[in-house]
Amino acid sequence: MYNVRGSGQMKALDDVSFTLRSGRTIGLVGQSGSGKSTIAKILIQLETPTSGEVLLDGAPIPRRGKALRSYRQQLRMVFQDPFASLNPYHSIRYHIERPLRLGGLAANDQVDGEVRRLLERVRLVPDAVIDRRPHELSGGQRQRVAIARALASRPTLLVADEPVSMLDVSIRLGVLNLLADLQREEGLGVLYITHDLATARHFSDEIIVLNQGRIVEQGPADDVILDPQNPYTRELRAASPDPERHFASAAGNLGGAQ
Amino acid sequence: MSEPLLSIHDFSVTYDVDPPVHAVKGVTLELARGEILGLAGESGCGKTTLAYGVQRLLKAPAVITNGSVMFHDASGEDVDINALGAEEMRRFRWDKISMVFQGAMNSLNPVAQIGSQLEDVFEVHRPEMTPRQRRSEVADLLELVRVGAQRARSFPHELSGGMRQRVMIAMALALRPQLMVMDEPTTALDVLVQREIIRQISQLRHEFGFSVIFITHDLPLLLEITDRIAIMREGEIVEVGRAEQIWTDPQDAYTRTLLSSFPRLTGERGVVVR
Repeated sequence: MYNVRGSGQMKALDDVSFTLRSGRTIGLVGQSGSGKSTIAKILIQLETPTSGEVLLDGAPIPRRGKALRSYRQQLRMVFQDPFASLNPYHSIRYHIERPLRLGGLAANDQVDGEVRRLLERVRLVPDAVIDRRPHELSGGQRQRVAIARALASRPTLLVADEPVSMLDVSIRLGVLNLLADLQREEGLGVLYITHDLATARHFSDEIIVLNQGRIVEQGPADDVILDPQNPYTRELRAASPDPERHFASAAGNLGGAQ
Repeated sequence: MSEPLLSIHDFSVTYDVDPPVHAVKGVTLELARGEILGLAGESGCGKTTLAYGVQRLLKAPAVITNGSVMFHDASGEDVDINALGAEEMRRFRWDKISMVFQGAMNSLNPVAQIGSQLEDVFEVHRPEMTPRQRRSEVADLLELVRVGAQRARSFPHELSGGMRQRVMIAMALALRPQLMVMDEPTTALDVLVQREIIRQISQLRHEFGFSVIFITHDLPLLLEITDRIAIMREGEIVEVGRAEQIWTDPQDAYTRTLLSSFPRLTGERGVVVR
C-alpha cells in the first residue's frame, strides 16, 4: 500500500502470493504500474508490505543487523540499466571487490583471485576488463559485470528487473543464456521481471501475470503465453509483436499497420 | 513502386574524428508517398545518423561527405535538401518533414503547459495565425491524438509516458508534414501503450497520407507495422524488402542473424538453453 497525497491510499499490490524455488525461474509480467517493481522493492527491503510476509527458507525477512545483511547477501538484484548501475568513477575490479570485502567473503590475499573467478563466471576475460571503467565496456559487458557483482556474495536468489531491455537485440539472448547457465550451475532461484512476453516465455519455468497489483494468471510459461486464460493476459499477448501470427493471418499482408 | 516522396542517393556521413568514423556509407534508398519504411539495425549501425542526415540535423564532427537527398513535394516541385540555405532549411523542417525523437516524451519542457509548447510550433512556422487560431489548432491536435483538448493546460509531469509521447506526435503532426521520421518512438513504453500508439499512427497516416520512416531495433514490431524494411549494418543497407519478404525470405546473412536473435512469442522453444 502506498500513501498517495491528496487521494489517500493506493493499493500497489493486493493479496499477492507466490513461491520461488531454487533452480527455478519465475517470469513476472505486466504493464507499467502493474506492481512488478513493487514486488522487487519489497524483496530487497526498500518497501515494507502493509500486510503479508516474505519468507526465505521458511524464515521472515530479518528487520535489522547481521541477519538483514545476510539476507541481502542471499538475495541480489540485477538492474535494468547497466549504464546507471555501475559507478563511472570506479574500476570493474572495485565493483566486484566491494561486496566481497563488505561481506568479509574473501581474505585480502584472495580478493583478486575471487574477482577474476567471478569475471570468468560471466564469460568475461578478466585481464581485458578488470582495470577498466564502465564507460570503456559495451552495454552487454557492463551487464555481465553487474551479474558478476550480484554473484559475488553467493546469493541463492536473483531478482532481475528487465536485465536485457536496454541491451542491443543481438546480445540479449547471450545475456539471458548466461543467466540461465548460472542459474543451473548454482541452483539459483530467479525472479525475472519484464514486460516482454516473448523472453519471459523462453527464459522462465513459470509465469505470473500481474494487473493492477493482483495476480491474474499464473502457470507454466508455455501454458500462460500460448493458451492464456485471463482476458488481461490475452490482451497483453495480442499487443506483443508476433510476426508468426501476423503473417499467418490473411490480413497481415495488406500493407503495413492495420 | 508508387509515387516517390524522398530519394536518397549514394548518401554518406563521416564523423570527422581521429580516426574518422564512416557512419553512413553510400546509402541509396527511395521512400514512396504514404509508405511506412522501417529502418532496423543495432546500436551504432548508422540508422539514426542516416535519418538525421537526410534532414541535415547533424552537427560537427558529423559531415555529409557525399550524396543527394531529393524531396518530391506534393506541389510537384522537387527540392534538393542539400542545396537549401539555412533559412530555407529551417522553414522546410517541421513543415515538410517532422521528427519524433528518441525519448521524445522526456524532451518536453517541464515548466511549460503542453498547450503552449504546441502553440510555439505555430508561432514560429505560421506567424500569420492569431492566438485564437493557434489555440483552436492545438485543441484539435490534442483531440486528434486522443490526449484531449482539456489537457492543454497540463504540465508534462501530469501526463503518463504514453500521453506525453502522443503530445510529441501531435507536435510532429502540427504542420501536416509529408514525412514523419520516428526514432524509437515507442521503445520506452509498455506493450499495451505501444500498440495503442502504433494503431493511432497508422490511422493518422491513412487520414493524412504522410510517409513514415520508423527507426527501431525491434524487428518483430517492424515486421508487423511497416510496408518495407531496410536493414542496416555498419553504415550500409544490407537489404531492403517488403516486410513479408524479409520475414519469409531474407536474402542477407545478417538479416537472418537479426531475425534469429529474437525469441518468438509463439514459435519454437530452445533459443534460451535451459
